[in-house]
Parts: sequence; C-alpha cells; structure tokens
Amino acid sequence: MSRRALSLTRIARHNWLAVAGLALVGGFVVCALFAPWLAPQDPAHIDLPARLQSPSWPHWCGTDELGRDILSRLIYGARISMLVGGSVVAVSLLLGMVVGSFAGYSGGRVDRVVNIIVMNAFLSFPGILIAIAFVAFRGPGIGNLIAALVLGGWVGYARLVRGQVLATREKEFVEAARGMGASGWRVVLRHITPNIIQPVIVQAAIGMAGAILAEATMSFLGLGVPPPTASWGSMLNDGRSHLLDAPHLVLFPAVAVMLAVLSFNFIGDALRDALDPRARMEVGL
Amino acid sequence: MALVELRNLTKVYPLTESLFGRGRGETRAVNNVSLDIFAGETLGLVGESGSGKSTLGRLAIRLLEPTSGTVWFDGHDLGSASAGELRRLRRHMQIIFQDPFGSLDPRFRVEDIIAEPLDIHEHLSRAARRRKVVELLHAVGLDDSILPRYPHEFSGGQRQRIGIARALALRPKFIVADEPVSALDVVVGAQIVNLLAKLQREFGLTYLFISHSMPVVRYLSTRIAVMYRGEIVEIGTTEQITESPAHPYTRSLLEATPEIVA
Repeated sequence: MSRRALSLTRIARHNWLAVAGLALVGGFVVCALFAPWLAPQDPAHIDLPARLQSPSWPHWCGTDELGRDILSRLIYGARISMLVGGSVVAVSLLLGMVVGSFAGYSGGRVDRVVNIIVMNAFLSFPGILIAIAFVAFRGPGIGNLIAALVLGGWVGYARLVRGQVLATREKEFVEAARGMGASGWRVVLRHITPNIIQPVIVQAAIGMAGAILAEATMSFLGLGVPPPTASWGSMLNDGRSHLLDAPHLVLFPAVAVMLAVLSFNFIGDALRDALDPRARMEVGL
Repeated sequence: MALVELRNLTKVYPLTESLFGRGRGETRAVNNVSLDIFAGETLGLVGESGSGKSTLGRLAIRLLEPTSGTVWFDGHDLGSASAGELRRLRRHMQIIFQDPFGSLDPRFRVEDIIAEPLDIHEHLSRAARRRKVVELLHAVGLDDSILPRYPHEFSGGQRQRIGIARALALRPKFIVADEPVSALDVVVGAQIVNLLAKLQREFGLTYLFISHSMPVVRYLSTRIAVMYRGEIVEIGTTEQITESPAHPYTRSLLEATPEIVA
C-alpha cells in the first residue's frame, strides 16, 4: 500500500522522539549482538578488593558489591533484555495471531468459546502473576522465563487480532475470495492477515517495552535469569541493599531499563501516528 | 431445465445472540422464495433497499447458507454438494459486487486480483497466467499497463471493470451482478451496463441482475422479478412488467421512475 506506507522521512520530520528511540534501540541491539567485543571486562569476574567503586577509570560505571564491572554487566544485560523481550513478543504475537485469527474467522460458537472462556480467563489475571506462578512451578531459567511471559502476554495480541479479523471478514474482497472458492487458509493468510498487520505491528513495538519491563521485574524478584548472568533487573535487586551508600549500583540499570522502555514506546507511538487516520479510527485508537 | 433453480429459499437472521444460544426475535431477509433462471437470459431483480435482493443473490451462489430451501445449479443441489464438488461448481457461478472500492483487496496488484480465480482453480505458468489476464483486461476495455498497479490508483468505473474481469476469469456460466452500477455516476454506470450486455453476447453468460433502479433493470433484462420485504411479489417478461404491472408495489416502482418528457 504505497499511499499508506510508512515513510521514514515523514516520521523523522514529525517525530524526532521516534528517531531518538530508533537510535537507542539500535544501540541496545548492537550491545546485545557484540557484547563480548564491546564489554571492557568479563561481567562475571569477581574482584572483591575493587568492590563498590564509584564511576571512574577503568570502571566507567563503577563496580558492584562483588567488584564486577557495571558497564560490562549493563552491556551483557542488554543481551538478555533484547533476547527475552524479542522472543516473548515474537512468540506471543504468533500465538495470538493463530488463536485470534481462528476465533475471529470461525465466528459462531467456536469464537464465543475461545473468546469468552479462554481469552477472558487469561485476561482476568494480571500477566505478571501468571508469569510468577509459572516460574515458581517450573523453576528458573531463560526458557521458562520466556514461556512464563508469553503465557501472561499472548492474550493482548489475540484480542486485537480477533477484533481485526471480525471486522475484515465482512469486507467484500473477502467475500469475493470465498465466492471464487478460496479455502479458509487462503483467505486468512493472503487476504485478511496482510490487511490487519499494521495495528498488530504497533502493538508489537509497544509490547517490546512491556516485555523488557516484565523481564526486569521478574529478575528483580529473583525469578528471572539465574546468577551470574547479568540482567538489568537482577542488577537492580543486587543494588537494593546499597541504595544509599552506592547509588550508582541502582542508577545505571534503572536508566537502562527506562531508556529501553521509552524508546520502544516512542517507536510505537510514531508507528501509530504514521498510519492513515482512517485506519486509526478502524482500530479504535 | 433451468440453469439455476431456487426452491422455497428462506434466510432468517436472529436478532440477539449470546453464549447460551439465540435470543428472541428474528428478521426474515428472504421469505420462501422460488425462482428459475434460464440459460442465456438476464433476470432482473428489482426492489428497494432492504427488500432482500442482495441476500437472495448471495443465496443463489451459496455465498450464504439458507435457513431452509434448496438451490439447484446446473442440476446439482448445492446444499448437499461436497466441499470439493462445491469448489468445482464455483468456477461456473461468479459475482460482481456493488462497491468497487471494497470488493478489491487493496494490497493486491491488479494482475493478482484478476488472476486469483485462476490461481485457485488452475495451475498455469507465469506466462500463460499473464496472457489470460491481459485477454480479460482487453475484454473489459482496459489496458495492460495497469497490471502492476494497485486498486486505489483507479476510479470507480475502472475498478468495477477490474471486478468484472475477475468474475470472467474462469469463464463462468452464471453471474450475479449485485447492484454493479449503483455506486457509479450515471455516465460511467451506463458504460458498465453496456459492457455487461456486450460480454453476455461474447461469453454466453446468464445474469441475475440486481438493482434498485428500474430504468437500468429494464434496459438489460429479458425477465424481471420484483421483490418486496423478502418476497417475490411479481415476475414476468420485461414487457409484461413495464407495460402491464399487476402488483401495486410494481406499479409504484414504475411510477417512481423519472421519465424524460419530450
């Protein structure tokens, strides 16, 4: 759709926040990908004589209570945040699209059962509670963490997709496809999905912010990635006891989480604004 | 034997639905309609908005499931046809929609829109596919240059021509034209109506031509059925209906037609 296409120059002109967000996310992704080369030191290297140092040379962000370099841990933490955040959004999105499309396209009793019973059941619990319960049941580990957050987060995508599919299903070009003898698969994959993808992408961008925050929360609670893996959330947890005498332990990971969440929010907002206003009304935004 | 036979077709829509079943109240869009459409003719279906004519059109090609009644197409009972058989039968019955802006997928190029019926039912090489699409474009009076473009780049009349080309792709026997010119202005609409007449001769088509406009229906149809509130109130040849209408509703429809007094 060339007329409604996302124009980067248009976004840049009207929304410098989004450009800043993109630049920051780019930075985080680079950190995540090239952590072993970018980090000045081994993030797990314990150096007790050098513990709790303020930012200085050679530790630009200081050291934590075990003498580990905070900057290196921040860079490796970006890896966890991007990996977990990205995986959670990707899997939630996929699961949400499959369930939402199935419910929305089938309609009738199938839709009523899936929507009212299954989806509303998940929606009635706070996502983080589901995630906590799951990890408590299955134990720590990055796989379990991702599964836990997906379990708590997939319904948001399913609900959006279901609504979009219900609306698009009534459109005449979908009727036309069915009238030609197109199978349900063909109709959903080739006609409905491409026409509903834009609001779903916006939701995914904003969902990244939520996923990063959720991972940090879980790690803060001790239910995320186990030590010595560096995660911004676990760094916040470790720094709690030194809040007053060594605030840099908490400050840097907090700023990192904040910047990551903000950048994805800015990107999501810009994507939403770049959509045709008519499409915005259809989505109900 | 007629090409299309509708027998006691009824379509009822419930007014409320909940998790536990249907509520009370219903609306009868189509009420016990029986109709024959013979090969080669154009049956005009005329009535006001809400009379159920579009619903009847969709029931005739099984785009909608009737609440009761049967539809026979070319000797086959569409209700008891298997999924595969129905899919094969769909090649021969196509539909042209009222809304030229909604009936084409905005994300598909013109070539893919017209070729979609071919993609579903036949397996053609790229070259053969393109040749067929170009042939269809020429039949509806369009140029090959439009192949890589998107629907939003065209006017209503052009989009309707694209929709017609798509409907012709599989060389159907029967086409339901659901108010094909109602969304177009008069001059463009007249061109489309003339195109439909020409294609009927060239391709040997049978039409169910649905419209709320009596003058247009009169021009194209051999027989006319008048629909009111889900029922056929009168049916006859075009001459019979226009010159000696029997039912009061038919008379009021004809009276509402503006005449140009010389």
